[in-house]
Amino acid sequence: MTPAAPRPGPLRLVLGLTIAALAVPVLAGLWGTVTPALKPGALAALWDWPGLFPAARLSLVTGIGSTVVALAITLLILAGLRGTRAYAALIRLLSPLLSVPHAAAALGLAFLITPSGWIARALSPWATGWDTPPDLLLVNDPAGLALTFGLIAKEVPFLMLMALAALPQTDAARRITLAETLGYSRAMGFALTVLPALYRQLRLPVYAVLAYAMTTVDMAQILGPTLPPTLSVQITLWMTDPDLSGRPLAAAGALLQLALVIAALGFWRGAEVAARRTLRHLAEQGHRGAGLDRLAVALATLGAGTTTAALLAGLAGLALWSLAGLWPFPDILPEAYSLQTWTRAGPGVWQATAATAGLGLATALIALALVLGCLEAEQRFALRAGRTRLILWLPLLVPQIAFLPGLHALALATGTGGWAATLAAHLTFSLPYAFLSLAPAFRALDPRLAPLAASLGASPDRIFWTLRLPLLARPVLTAAAVAFAVSVGQYLPTLLMGGGRIETLTTEAVALSSGGNRRLIGAHALLQMALPALAFALATGLPALAFRRRRGMAP
Amino acid sequence: MQRRDFGRLVLASVLVPTFARQAKAADWDAVLAAAKGQTVWWHAWGGDPKINDFIAWVGTLAAERHGVTLEHVKLASTADAVAAVLAEQQAGKTTGGSVDLIWINGENFAAMKANGLLYGPFAESLPNWPLVDMSGKPALVTDFTLPTMGYESPWAMAQLVFEYDSARLPAPPADLAALRDWVLANPGRFTYPQPPDYLGVTFLKQVLYGTIADPERLQAPVDAASYAADTAGLWALLDQMHPALWRSAQAFPASEPAMGQLLADAEVDIAFAFNPGRASAEIAAGNLPDTIRTFTLAGGTIGNASFLAIPFNSSVKEGAQVITDLVLSPEVQARAQDPAVLGFQTVLNLAALTAQDRARFDALDLGAATLPPDRLGPALLEPHASWSVKLAEDWQARYGVAR
Amino acid sequence: MTAGLQIADLCVAHGPRQMVRLTADIAPGEVLTIMGPSGSGKSTLLAALTGTLDPAFQASGRITLNGREVTRLPTRQRRIGILFQDALLFPHLSVGGNLGFALPRGAPDRTARIDRALAEAGLAGFAPRDPATLSGGERARVALMRTLLADPEALLLDEPFSRLDAALRDQIRSFVLETARRHGLPVILVTHDGEDARAAGGSILSPMGAPVPAS
Repeated sequence: MTPAAPRPGPLRLVLGLTIAALAVPVLAGLWGTVTPALKPGALAALWDWPGLFPAARLSLVTGIGSTVVALAITLLILAGLRGTRAYAALIRLLSPLLSVPHAAAALGLAFLITPSGWIARALSPWATGWDTPPDLLLVNDPAGLALTFGLIAKEVPFLMLMALAALPQTDAARRITLAETLGYSRAMGFALTVLPALYRQLRLPVYAVLAYAMTTVDMAQILGPTLPPTLSVQITLWMTDPDLSGRPLAAAGALLQLALVIAALGFWRGAEVAARRTLRHLAEQGHRGAGLDRLAVALATLGAGTTTAALLAGLAGLALWSLAGLWPFPDILPEAYSLQTWTRAGPGVWQATAATAGLGLATALIALALVLGCLEAEQRFALRAGRTRLILWLPLLVPQIAFLPGLHALALATGTGGWAATLAAHLTFSLPYAFLSLAPAFRALDPRLAPLAASLGASPDRIFWTLRLPLLARPVLTAAAVAFAVSVGQYLPTLLMGGGRIETLTTEAVALSSGGNRRLIGAHALLQMALPALAFALATGLPALAFRRRRGMAP
Repeated sequence: MQRRDFGRLVLASVLVPTFARQAKAADWDAVLAAAKGQTVWWHAWGGDPKINDFIAWVGTLAAERHGVTLEHVKLASTADAVAAVLAEQQAGKTTGGSVDLIWINGENFAAMKANGLLYGPFAESLPNWPLVDMSGKPALVTDFTLPTMGYESPWAMAQLVFEYDSARLPAPPADLAALRDWVLANPGRFTYPQPPDYLGVTFLKQVLYGTIADPERLQAPVDAASYAADTAGLWALLDQMHPALWRSAQAFPASEPAMGQLLADAEVDIAFAFNPGRASAEIAAGNLPDTIRTFTLAGGTIGNASFLAIPFNSSVKEGAQVITDLVLSPEVQARAQDPAVLGFQTVLNLAALTAQDRARFDALDLGAATLPPDRLGPALLEPHASWSVKLAEDWQARYGVAR
Repeated sequence: MTAGLQIADLCVAHGPRQMVRLTADIAPGEVLTIMGPSGSGKSTLLAALTGTLDPAFQASGRITLNGREVTRLPTRQRRIGILFQDALLFPHLSVGGNLGFALPRGAPDRTARIDRALAEAGLAGFAPRDPATLSGGERARVALMRTLLADPEALLLDEPFSRLDAALRDQIRSFVLETARRHGLPVILVTHDGEDARAAGGSILSPMGAPVPAS
């Protein structure tokens, strides 16, 4: 029998605050940015830009292409490598890989594959006969292949993290075993029995990846083509045009960018339906997929191996550059070493580190409190997630460049710049990721635990603090680490909302990368990585330490 | 009545000049007094650690000598700061602006001045202003043909120089035609930053200087009637060179540092920079091999100046002026010219300095890759800012979308 | 005041479908067994009794426990304990921690009471153990003691023996039923296993209140 409806009280407030933190900045910023686009002539000027079609096509092709491949690699890893030593190694590498800043990943990759890069150096001149680098268009290629590869390498770890959070609810091991006893290959068993449940959890993260890939600026600036660049890069160029006449054009471009993202998401949904039908058909027809396993393992190893090796080698290259003196082609190692880059970074780094960590911690704590409040409210009052879910995705689906300038204007008009506004902007971007990484685990917690504890006399608050929170220690801390890492990575929001006066490791790093100096970029990439890597290490290490005597709490 | 008035007039005409000088000194004392304890946020491009270190050093001087705290806001692009001030103006923020001092020139200065975003005139009342070499370096008071009118104060001179590796290229081309012939004979070994990058547009202007019939036209705004004829030679030359450029002109480096990296990686044999001392400084820092040398083209290369300006809504204009004046001092200027520090050329008239101050400059070792002043060749004046805009636009239309 | 658990015309429906219709009076130490195939409303009945019914259900009727009406009370104030087919020990707490969770806050002699409960279950000295290291039977006994430490006035058993193997099953079943009887608790046992029903002794009803033969 139903007891009298509980009073939502403060938890309702948390829901409201969360929705406000997500929606207000985006909608207000969008309004401020898009209104100039509706000025007469702006859309026409955009239409007249000869690069419009190639740039839009590039955004679509690199965005959708990289998302398809990254998702495929993630699923192949789960289908083909689970339980192997390579899989365990990959899981351990996940946190450091996630902590690599996008710009650093791109620059590391560029150094790897460019004709004067590490791979060419390793083979020259003994194998290639090159004394000077060959004139080959490998980075910034017009088809955007280098950019697509970079995006894939950076997206696979994120999708893996999200899949790992969702996997326990799919009962994967038993379902696959069951399918195998029915004569299915492991890969086919995965596709037919686990994938449908898994993808339901993975869908929104995939959408976020798609939107990000289509709108990224920092990776596209480094790896993408330039004649023309992707639409998002071009919008940024217009936005920063000194004679200010580019603003309406940028606004119109941002509007188009938004439309493209929506169109791509629509296309993706259509593909989902087709894929689901195909899977159902395969299942009904009883395709065992004999021989698929070897292919899956081969492709998974290739995909995971290439992306991981590329990210790590790129990073190692940058780290080496940060210690390098002169390092001419085709030397595989620097001619001389020097600590100059690091000593130069000097005392300013500590200040920037403190600011970065402070902002990140505040962001993570608030984001965590709001996310936990929302999820707890959802549990206690049996709320449906539908409506809030879309709002959650707003900051991830609307291109940053489309609403940040408007948001900046709003902050100036209301006089709310500075730390508070910067924190609010960081929160807007961190919240969705924190929610995404925590919600599946929170919702997957055994639904009988709460009534059982209540029948033992525990109040809802006690159930939350003594059962849910400790039981979810790992996902809760991981969500905090994710929010922290997202905050650490913010460049444009920090620059705009902080009025340039808040100096974080990332604003430093991006300002320095504008010089293209590999030594500095290497040093700063490592510094920028250190904080999130520490956060991720704590998120896995602390629960492991606290529950080292509880086998039932092993991941 | 009339006599008294007349007497006053005479008195005034005698007294005013001295009085004005005294007033000026008194004014500056007031500025110094007001500046004490102020914190000045200097927005400057942060892409070069040498420049960042230099600004930090200026900050220590300012704190020691004048009690002014200097904070460097490291920008990825000067346009970010311009945009910030513009956004503040549109939001009605007329005091307490986020930008107090800005490293600026050319288009950014023109845009800020046109939008009323600058405080001034202030430059000509700075105590060190008389030392500035206005007659010898006209670029110091004419920023892309726009008279500075005291709304910005110069702090460094720059001139376009080409850099090459003497180990791979013993005899660099002497003029534009030779450069073209060399590019055609050595495909894939030369490029330029992609316009609208500042240095890329400078290269277009340099080629335009060498191809236009009457270079005097460049000192006036673009004339729509003669524009096609004026630039025909430029585009013809680029059309000819592009297939032989690095990556067959399917990709371009993004900026001066990116092109510098190409030279360091031996991806190109000739690069260029808007700083005659850059090559020496980079060799000293271990970023370039010591076989790098520089050259300029017969007929001269484009020269311009870097300036400091103060936004209209800064609340610490006194502190900003103190910094601006400090940067004009012989001590700071000599340090900036040291290739081990920056390798920027001074804006001062060395003849106007005291012997002691002049000795600071004489003592500098400019480095093997830096051309001595007598071999640097003439500095060509920057064309009117409208040329930069138009050339960048046209370049985009012609080459911005690969076929 | 009437001792025991009284269920007066408890009706639960989901839309047009009637799931539960039950009137019963269970004296302290007595067992009422509810039998029926899966989907027949057994868990719905338990949810109604514990107060965790999904709002999508419509319910009416009256539940009285030792003279106290609990129909509209939140779960934690009903003092109705429940055992599931899994022991559901909290994996982050030790065995002792699990038992301590159930003890009312501020109860005196916590350690002594926990030790006594463990001794009663034949598990003396198990307090510091990790629940994940216990056998199935040990877990079931800890779960029962945990429920009893919360001082319930009634006990619900949700197929608590169905996951145990045959030998263990008899042993645990008699342990649970005897212990409940000793504590004087009215018990509702939900099962689909005739063996359980026979062992429980008391009357056997379907969720719709119809008598079920015990075979």
